[in-house]
Amino acid sequence: MKTFRAPISGSNSLDWVNAIVQGTLLGGLYALFAAGLSLIFGVMRLVNIAHGDLIVLAAYLGLTVTTILGLHPLLALLLVVPAMALFGYILQRGILNQTLGKDILPPLLVTFGLSVILQNGLLEIYSADPQKMNAGALETASIPVGELSFGVLPVLTFAIAVAVIAALQWMFYHTALGRAFRATSDNQETAQLMGLNRRHIFGLAMALALGVTAIAGIMLGIRTSFDPSIGGGRLVFGFEAVIIGGLGNMWGTLVGGVILGVAQTVGAKIDPGWQLLAGHIAFLIILAVRPNGLFPRISE
Amino acid sequence: MPDPLLKLSGLEAFYSDFQALFGVDLEVAQGEVLAIIGANGAGKTTLMRAISGLTKSAANMVTYSGEAIGALRADQVATRGIALVPEGRQLFPSLSVEENLIIGSQLGRKGPWSLNAIYKLFPILKERRNQQSTSLSGGQQQMVAIGRALMANPDLILFDEISLGLAPIIIKDIYAALPGIIGEGMSALIVEQDITKALSVSRRFYCLQEGRVSLSGASATAAREDISRAYFGVE
Ligand SMILES: Nc1ncnc2c1ncn2[C@@H]1O[C@H](COP(=O)(O)OP(=O)(O)OP(=O)(O)O)[C@@H](O)[C@H]1O
Ligand SMILES: [Mg+2]
Repeated sequence: MKTFRAPISGSNSLDWVNAIVQGTLLGGLYALFAAGLSLIFGVMRLVNIAHGDLIVLAAYLGLTVTTILGLHPLLALLLVVPAMALFGYILQRGILNQTLGKDILPPLLVTFGLSVILQNGLLEIYSADPQKMNAGALETASIPVGELSFGVLPVLTFAIAVAVIAALQWMFYHTALGRAFRATSDNQETAQLMGLNRRHIFGLAMALALGVTAIAGIMLGIRTSFDPSIGGGRLVFGFEAVIIGGLGNMWGTLVGGVILGVAQTVGAKIDPGWQLLAGHIAFLIILAVRPNGLFPRISE
Repeated sequence: MPDPLLKLSGLEAFYSDFQALFGVDLEVAQGEVLAIIGANGAGKTTLMRAISGLTKSAANMVTYSGEAIGALRADQVATRGIALVPEGRQLFPSLSVEENLIIGSQLGRKGPWSLNAIYKLFPILKERRNQQSTSLSGGQQQMVAIGRALMANPDLILFDEISLGLAPIIIKDIYAALPGIIGEGMSALIVEQDITKALSVSRRFYCLQEGRVSLSGASATAAREDISRAYFGVE
């Protein structure tokens, strides 16, 4: 057995630690994918099939802004976040509000249609060629920690995810807007009696959700190359993170993203072909054991 | 006689195809307290919903301070100073007791009611202010629902069966507090199944039967047999 390599326990276990750390940081990106989904589901029980394509749309907007204005992608956030938020408000007031009611099918169909329109529109404008945003030195910079080395970009993404979720959580529980979101989510009729126009409240929720989606899209577009067809996969990652964490719980969403990220990187470590499969398996196991996710907030 | 604060003219209301109100005429003067009585299903809650905008009607069927408001949304009606204490209380379970009160004031209308005034009226709510509203007893929840409506500093307040499901002693307390609540020039419509309670706090009453006004008059001089005829529809 000449080819047998004796495990060198030191570096081997270090590899596993590395996989877990990288997976955790990747989970930050997934939490960013998921936060907007979680927010709009929490406020208006809307499942947005186009969410992944909206992430990709934000990445392309970022690309356009960076190429035309020569801005760093992180500075492009200053333009793309408000643009996506405005788009969200108009989309909600113009189209999605009309689909909301007792029947859950119309919003699914309409957001599915939106997904198809976005994909084809992006294909028409930007072609199917994979593109990437150039963030310069940020992409390769790393911080050595002992024998491990952390990429600055994944660490930054994770930190942004934590900050976004902390901010959403604070907004939800400590501001008048958050109170209005919770009240409208509890009981739309009674919220109207308090002078809250639910159409406007839903518009604001979608604006906020797409603002977060813009951050997700830019961080995605710096990290990897993207093309118009990848939205569906991002939607699934977002969904899985939301469901693992438990519906309506923002910190749970972060935990869900991390579990998904770790499952994927550990799966890939075992066999590179297992990356996605391992994530889905982790999702299914958690769903089987805890059908309401790990930290459910909404009891239904 | 000055214009009434609220005027319903031939008010009709529907739940899709089902008609629940058939041409209701009613007037509330400034500062007046009115009782609405009627059996189960008579249309009392529908009347409250129609006034507050939860159920839409033709614009002219509801006039408030001279403005036709029948076709407005509930949030637009609320802006004009009408508050509803809904049947079954309808507190927001995700909000604490204090948040349930604060959200009532979010239109920012000026008036005598504030968080402190509500806590003075119902001291127990101050003790419980950080709890979930669902953890309160039925009577305390009703206090929150009343407080939430008062926080809007409305000119017209609508009470829909505030005694529903409460112990008699609690009902007595709440009704004892009502005159103090309604004072200060506020007008009120009180829906109640308990006729004696309703008549005791009101100046005039309307009796509904199957979506129509079957009797109305002064509460003090109402004859019992007239009321029971109007109430149950027995000849
Ligand atoms: N959401 C609804 N959909 C269809 N019909 C309804 C609805 N709500 C009430 N109704 C019907 O409208 C009529 C009036 O109901 P409403 O609730 O106004 O009566 P009420 O006088 O408030 O009765 P209660 O004393 O039981 O509260 C009833 O026949 C009722 O069945
Ligand atoms: Mg009723």
